[in-house]
Amino acid sequence: MSAAVEIRDLHVVRGGRTVLEHLDVTIGGGVTGLLGPSGCGKSTLMRCLVGVQRTSGGSVTVFGDAAGSRALRDRIGYVTQAASVYDDLTPVENLSFFARVLGVDRSEVDRVVEAVDLGDHRDRVVGRLSGGQRSRASLAVALLGSPDLLVLDEPTVGLDPVLREDLWSLFHELADRGTAVFVSSHVMDEAERCDRLLLMREGRIIADGSPGEIKERAGAASVEEAFLAIVRRDVA
Amino acid sequence: MTPRITAAVAARVLRQIRRDRRTLALLLVLPCLLITLLWWMFRDTPVFDQVGPALLAMFPFIVMFLVTSVTTLRERSSGTLERLLAMPMGKLDFLVGYAVAFGLVAAVQAALAVGLSVGLLDLEVIGPVWLLFVVAVVDAVLGTALGLFVSAFAQTEFQAVQFMPAVVIPQILLCGLFLPRDQLPDALHWISDLLPLSYAVDAMTTLTTSAETGDVWADLAVVAGFAVAGLAAGAATLRRRTP
Repeated sequence: MSAAVEIRDLHVVRGGRTVLEHLDVTIGGGVTGLLGPSGCGKSTLMRCLVGVQRTSGGSVTVFGDAAGSRALRDRIGYVTQAASVYDDLTPVENLSFFARVLGVDRSEVDRVVEAVDLGDHRDRVVGRLSGGQRSRASLAVALLGSPDLLVLDEPTVGLDPVLREDLWSLFHELADRGTAVFVSSHVMDEAERCDRLLLMREGRIIADGSPGEIKERAGAASVEEAFLAIVRRDVA
Repeated sequence: MTPRITAAVAARVLRQIRRDRRTLALLLVLPCLLITLLWWMFRDTPVFDQVGPALLAMFPFIVMFLVTSVTTLRERSSGTLERLLAMPMGKLDFLVGYAVAFGLVAAVQAALAVGLSVGLLDLEVIGPVWLLFVVAVVDAVLGTALGLFVSAFAQTEFQAVQFMPAVVIPQILLCGLFLPRDQLPDALHWISDLLPLSYAVDAMTTLTTSAETGDVWADLAVVAGFAVAGLAAGAATLRRRTP
């Protein structure tokens, strides 16, 4: 499969601080995980993909078009770290609104409510839902219209392990059907569930490969240990 | 701009207002209560006939300014605006959607305030009453437009509320409510000529004192011009790419 996202020499400076340093990454199909401690630049990189981040240099191309171009706006589903839904509306009302903005069929609303397992809470105001339910409502919005690329910024934070398991299965299901899924997390144990991993630290990608490859190369038993080993080697 | 998306934004904003019963009650009932209070204070004097028109111009403007600046700020800080801008939504869809929604709320508010002032409190109106209503609605859209613009310069809701005294109160002081504008010192008179609320109050005052509507339409055009300029300035502050 040809690359969904091509990032060349991407440089981002925010408030005088370099957040992304001359990044070169290609993202293809499957589930790609972006792992790293909080503050390492994961969210900034994701914002670049969606085209809402002001960059200082380099290029980001998504499906052959520059990130943020008009042609891409209904092909990318994006979930920010904060649950970007309206607290005073119900999940269904939120979804119906975003569905109209995207111009997708109303039947999509029911489909995505089921996909994120919010059926029991579909008509309760989002502000009264738990944190995990709110972030699932936000995720559901990103699934509307079956986008070709999903950019998910820490979608599983604070979720019950059973639910986390379900969502990861959902990500793989979507990937199997051809959606490129790009997920960030700061929880290293989620790394094992990705087809391909990008480990990030201080604005740079320090490792790139399948979880197995990364562990093998670092001679470590877990991704967390591999991360530590790579950082130590870098410092030395 | 896409009509489907503009309508979706307006319908969603209206649904949110409907859900918030307390805000809705404040929006609709408060202006009526304050107008009644003034009528009561100045009963048996001609003062109510003099300040009534200015009040009808001020309330829609102030209320919509406040409500809009806070709601759009919330939209900016919650991430929903960023999400919408990453979708196929035009900036004008967002702004016009808000203006339409709050314009409709203002229409209900104005109908109540005008109906109360003219029907129950005997505010003397020589010109057509329906035009009083039109001025109030355009005035509310002006408040919405300025509120949208100003919300770009506030980082918190607390700051947004502070823009009220900065942007609105000078206009209230100079609009002719406290002193007819032609009696102001020259420099202040000149400044009041640059402020949109002055034209809205002029239009209301003309309507209550004369059957001639030519000047009213001219004043109304100025207020509408400011509203359009406010929306355009608001569009300039909505950026898809942010630092």
